[in-house]
Amino acid sequence: MTRRSLLTIGDLDRAEVARILRVGNRFAEVMTRDIKKVPTLRGRTIINMFFEASTRTSTSFELAGKRLSADVVNVKGSGSSVEKGETLKDTVITLNSYAPDVLVIRHASVGACAMAARYTDAAVISAGDGKHEHPTQTLLDLYTIEREVGPLDGLHIAFVGDVAHSRVARSGIRGFQMMGARVSLIAPPTLLPRDAGAALGVETSTDVRDVTDADVVYVLRMQLERMGPGGFVPSLREYAMTYGINHGRLRPGQRVMHAGPINRGVEISGELADDPTTLIERQAANGMVVRMAVLYDLLAGPSGSPEPAGAPIGAVAV
Amino acid sequence: MAVRLVQKPGPGASLVIRGARVLDPEAGIDEVRDLVVRDGVIGGDPDGLEVVDAGGMVALPGFVDPHVHLRTPGREDLEDIATGSLAGAAGGFVTIIAMPNTTPVVDNAAVLGTLLERGEQEAVIRVGFLAAITVGQKGQELTEQAEMAALGAAGFSDDGHPVSDARVMRRALQYQAITGLPLVLHEEDVKLSGRGVMHEGAVASRLGMEGIPSISESVAVARDAALAEYEDGWIHICHVSAMETVEEIRRAKARGIRITGEVTPHHLALTDEAVTSLDASRHKMNPPLREESDRQALIAALADGTLDCVATDHAPHDADEKEVPFEEAPFGITGLETAFAVCNTSLVAPGHMTLELLARRMSADPARALGLPVPTLADGAVADVALVDPAARVVVGQDGFRSRSRNSAWLGEELLGRVALTIAGGRIAWRT
Repeated sequence: MTRRSLLTIGDLDRAEVARILRVGNRFAEVMTRDIKKVPTLRGRTIINMFFEASTRTSTSFELAGKRLSADVVNVKGSGSSVEKGETLKDTVITLNSYAPDVLVIRHASVGACAMAARYTDAAVISAGDGKHEHPTQTLLDLYTIEREVGPLDGLHIAFVGDVAHSRVARSGIRGFQMMGARVSLIAPPTLLPRDAGAALGVETSTDVRDVTDADVVYVLRMQLERMGPGGFVPSLREYAMTYGINHGRLRPGQRVMHAGPINRGVEISGELADDPTTLIERQAANGMVVRMAVLYDLLAGPSGSPEPAGAPIGAVAV
Repeated sequence: MAVRLVQKPGPGASLVIRGARVLDPEAGIDEVRDLVVRDGVIGGDPDGLEVVDAGGMVALPGFVDPHVHLRTPGREDLEDIATGSLAGAAGGFVTIIAMPNTTPVVDNAAVLGTLLERGEQEAVIRVGFLAAITVGQKGQELTEQAEMAALGAAGFSDDGHPVSDARVMRRALQYQAITGLPLVLHEEDVKLSGRGVMHEGAVASRLGMEGIPSISESVAVARDAALAEYEDGWIHICHVSAMETVEEIRRAKARGIRITGEVTPHHLALTDEAVTSLDASRHKMNPPLREESDRQALIAALADGTLDCVATDHAPHDADEKEVPFEEAPFGITGLETAFAVCNTSLVAPGHMTLELLARRMSADPARALGLPVPTLADGAVADVALVDPAARVVVGQDGFRSRSRNSAWLGEELLGRVALTIAGGRIAWRT
């Protein structure tokens, strides 16, 4: 039987998101213990397939699986059969023959996770496909905002910067809106997708001063590796001057997020990045517990079954 | 210099198509009657001939496709002249024109000559070949067009690639004074297209895919229309996809420029919303599927004659090449076997145009656009007939494909319209 997958944030509804965030809270409690491991997914197999460079996402997925006691195998793009010319389809078919429970896939191309899901019986979790979506990032962002800022309902979140190349923004817009937030995009015109306002159902602005309207300023990384020759802005120096977020552009009380890794001094000033009031470090820390919650939800707590009680998750530490 | 259309020799068809609606708009024929074909020629004595019961069906002049890819030479695993021409026959086509972007490129008389010879041995319908405008389709040096025209090339095209250098295009237009053959143009500003894989618009914005803007096509058409006007040239625009391009062609025609345009069944029937399938085998093509406003503009332009004809851009691909993430897959879908049914389903059935007008746009008009013989059902003509059942419901692919490839946008879907019989060049080429 094909398992439920998480390919886009749209695969979840509001109630399911809320449930995952609650489960995340329980796992956050486990992480405060001396022994940060529970037997919840003992005997389950998770294969992490990262065909694109990643540090935080791959590490947090690996740790999430291990702290749930699952058997975790990591496949990287380099050094794998893919480097020898094997197609993604064949790699997925091969790995599927080992009967894994979950495939976590990061790939540089839109649709790679959806295609992989057609050739495996395992649950597929997108850990980012091209510029399309990065649903677990959105879940950890939602979790972080709820804990650090408050309920999403009625909040105004502004994404600033390289929207065109951002899967974080594309998932985030859908996820934040689903949970009741208002989302706007602030970017140079060359980095706003065509018809972004109508296509994504958001307000758009090219004036960085509009960031002061937002409760949360979500700074996007300039994805130079996706831009290719020709450039989308004349120079990083000019970009930093016109769109870089620093203390001077914010009003008191605004919270700042960034999915990392940051280009220090480009989209965000070093001073602001290091400011303890930003949520950047919290996002990273929350990534693991939210990914534990996603793995738990797909494998142990399918939609409709009762949520885990507070105790069982952590009670039987091994 | 005459265009050579080649076909495998065979006996002339002799039969009576009984009780069909015989519809040839060019010849002014539209009546329910018997259509006699004797020894491959329309008309004559029906006595003793096989009778094909065709009640409820329509006998049309066979279709002409000015734009197909036969993948020969080089990728015969995807298609060859035999399978491609049979796929054409199954779609009601009597003449198809093959593009030269093969391996090697058809850019010299030796390759063209070989293809013409193979066509004479393999093609079940008439096949013509376009040769490249520039050597290797690299857009730099003109091919030896006079020599290839003398051999029987149907025209010149760098399809798959635009001729980006305006000076080279101008030279090609000047050279038409010698060849007398059309330049068949893939219009695209590749710099504007960038790394685009689908239409630039709301759907691409949502999916996070790089877009190919409409103006990538229309600015190229605007340039070439201006050059054609200046040099008094003859150009045919391939696979028009965008509203802006329709406007450019309309303006160019109004100025008296010799310009024609074709549109594919998939651009007439589908929009970029289909790309949310993320199924490259069905929905990745260049030019890409565009928006509903573009689709409506294309339908209107085909109806009013701004766009002259339907062309399939039949582009066979291997399943394995297409079963990769959308962004990585090659462009193109097949089309010969479904063209009539797709147009009948999405144009005639909803009332966008009559069957009579569709018949023109799939037969006489594409033939005229490239200067080819116009199929007719008039007495005494060589039989070029497509017998269709416009009311038949057909599930695409259910009976397999005649093409070697099955990358159809309609695989497994039901369409309205079946081709029951094709007589091409007087010979029976397809029969269900």
